[in-house]
Amino acid sequence: MIKTDILIIGAGPTGLFAVFEAGLLKLRCHLIDALPQPGGQCSEIYPKKPIYDIPAFPEILAGDLVKNLMKQIEPFEPGFTLGERAETIKKLEDGSFIVTTEKGTKHHAKIVAIAGGLGSFEPRKPTISNIAAFEDKGVEYIIRDPEIYRNKNVIISGGGDSALDWSIFLTDIAKSVSLIHRRNEFRGALDSVEKVQELKNLAKIEMITPAEVIGLVGENKLEEVTIKRGAEVFNKECDHFIPLFGLAPKLGPIADWGLEIEKNAIKVDNSLDYQTNIPGIYAIGDVNTYPGKLKLILCGFHEATLMCQSAFQRIFPEKRYVMKYTTVGGVEGFDGSKKEAPKAVIKSID
Amino acid sequence: MTDIKITIIDRQGVKHEVDAPTDMNMNLMEIVRTFELAPEGTIGICGGMAMCASCQCYVLSEHELPEMSYDEDLMLAEAFNVKDNSRLGCQIFIKEELDGLKIELAPEV
Repeated sequence: MIKTDILIIGAGPTGLFAVFEAGLLKLRCHLIDALPQPGGQCSEIYPKKPIYDIPAFPEILAGDLVKNLMKQIEPFEPGFTLGERAETIKKLEDGSFIVTTEKGTKHHAKIVAIAGGLGSFEPRKPTISNIAAFEDKGVEYIIRDPEIYRNKNVIISGGGDSALDWSIFLTDIAKSVSLIHRRNEFRGALDSVEKVQELKNLAKIEMITPAEVIGLVGENKLEEVTIKRGAEVFNKECDHFIPLFGLAPKLGPIADWGLEIEKNAIKVDNSLDYQTNIPGIYAIGDVNTYPGKLKLILCGFHEATLMCQSAFQRIFPEKRYVMKYTTVGGVEGFDGSKKEAPKAVIKSID
Repeated sequence: MTDIKITIIDRQGVKHEVDAPTDMNMNLMEIVRTFELAPEGTIGICGGMAMCASCQCYVLSEHELPEMSYDEDLMLAEAFNVKDNSRLGCQIFIKEELDGLKIELAPEV
């Protein structure tokens, strides 16, 4: 069982910044995220896009914002459960919570802060009629363990970064890799496209474009896919078909936690502390709603800050506390590090 | 003139006629959200960067639309339920010439 003070569900910018604010109050945090990496949408959808409305950053790439946040919270040693989705929550008699992921990882915390954005990212599944019958029988939408493709014939479909990156990666593992896309052009990063071109020239990746998979064939497991290229329709043998068409967020199991939901978001008390209708559970960032709500990263940072103050009072109702400026108090990490403003040099004038 | 009429058929097949302002730098995806014609979180997920296709729509009228950018074209190449008249709503900005535009939202995926 993982134990922490504040369990944060969602490792996007708001969730990450909450670790910093909690750390200033000597509260430890652990984050759960369905994605395999921190950063939420900033990492998954638009890492290379600039953001212009982060205070004091005239321009910052979404990926760099995440990198900076990770560096900022490093002294507070946050724990991470990545690639797992928070599934169930149980309130214990003492008011603390146990949150379990779909893989069975249990987390015990006094406070739960949901910073889940638009929800957990689920793969977008192509509309091939019998695809559900082949799920985990040769069709995978996410690559969790590349080893299962060793010496197998793999067909990947998609035109973005994940389709390109995995095609490149699997050439060293799989027996054969074919990449199918509806266009000859790819949306992914230029260097990935160039790498795939190189591997194609070396006959390590077979490119089938412009084409799409329209059918799946097999007895008990996938044996062939049906491909349509222009007017031509043909079958190709394979062991695995991996459609990588990006991820779409779904609120998912959180919707069944007994929280008040309005317009796909969790209602919170914005006049006080962003607490939900269940005491001890907060919702911050894009996942919450209240009159006048704006889904902005900067608003998420503010909400995270107020949430931590309230969480502190909830954990230590008897403690008196006054907010300290970091310029005055510095930042004392759990790792023993200490950052503080340098002392002024006193110099007299003769 | 600052408003134009746009007909939007939502994902349940219900037809809505809305007045869309031409002077707010708004796009079709934002119009759909403003009038709450699709649930929050199911449209405009990427915010309007042509990076998610959640605002895909079918253009039913004969209006001349802005040319498709490279980004939009390639995003649609990865979307589902794409037809010849598919566009991303976030890439169509509300302008006077679009008065009377008629679109249908593509299914949610």
